[in-house]
Amino acid sequence: MKNRLLLLCGLLMASGTVLADGPRLPRELDKTWLEECGSCHIAFPPSMLTADNWRRMMGGLDKHFGANASLDADSAAKISAFLERNASSRGQRNASSTLRITDTSWFVHEHDEVSPATWRDPKVKSAANCAACHTDTDRGLYKERNIVMPVTRR
Amino acid sequence: MFRSIVMTLALAAGFAAGFATFPAHAETPRDMIAGYTQEAVRNQPGFAASAERGRTFFARKWNVTDKMPSCAACHGERPNAEGSHVITAKPIKPLAPAANPERFSSLAKVEKWFRRNCTEVVGRECSAAEKADFVQFLATAGGA
Repeated sequence: MKNRLLLLCGLLMASGTVLADGPRLPRELDKTWLEECGSCHIAFPPSMLTADNWRRMMGGLDKHFGANASLDADSAAKISAFLERNASSRGQRNASSTLRITDTSWFVHEHDEVSPATWRDPKVKSAANCAACHTDTDRGLYKERNIVMPVTRR
Repeated sequence: MFRSIVMTLALAAGFAAGFATFPAHAETPRDMIAGYTQEAVRNQPGFAASAERGRTFFARKWNVTDKMPSCAACHGERPNAEGSHVITAKPIKPLAPAANPERFSSLAKVEKWFRRNCTEVVGRECSAAEKADFVQFLATAGGA
């Protein structure tokens, strides 16, 4: 409830460009999804991939990008339904043959100005570490204005 | 209404009975140590959980995978401090209950992470004896 209020406030404060301002979390938030998909990495918004991508992802959790993320059947079914219900409706822009969000043409396009040095920064470490630059991921927002690039001096 | 409450209670009792070696609500580190110890004693008569063995286990480099050679690779050398996931860099809250009371408060959750992380890091499921030692170590790791 609190999260939803925050989300709502965020949306009200935002300008009319909010729709073009990156992915957002769906109105319904699934507790199982948030907890299970948000423990090793942030819970990525379902709209970042297609329903087909999520189906394949959930079918191979025991080998999840080199990690064992297996789940009990009940939780997996709940999460799959939530992900597919809220998956991207923008087709190929959010489709990824590798199932990596970072390989979608949407992600590549949005991040084409990020320098290799920034990606290698120890504070970033991984392209899955959205929160390294996007300071509002806990509210499910990825707005340009909330980006702060980390700089580590060596 | 009353009938449905009775049925719910009956179902809950049946479910709890499934975890034969654990008390109905194994939701504290102490209960978990007791439960795992009880299980371990069946194969090793006289077994008693050891924080020292747990510490060795936690720090040991199993080297089954390159990125996650040990528990400490992600959880940090000191279990009462924050860790960081080696692949995603997501902060991991402290493992020691003294620093993070949420730890070892749900048996289902503890079993889930043992299943995942043992197969990943150790290359096999952990034994009840190893789990007892591990929880014993963390429960006594203190806030220092």
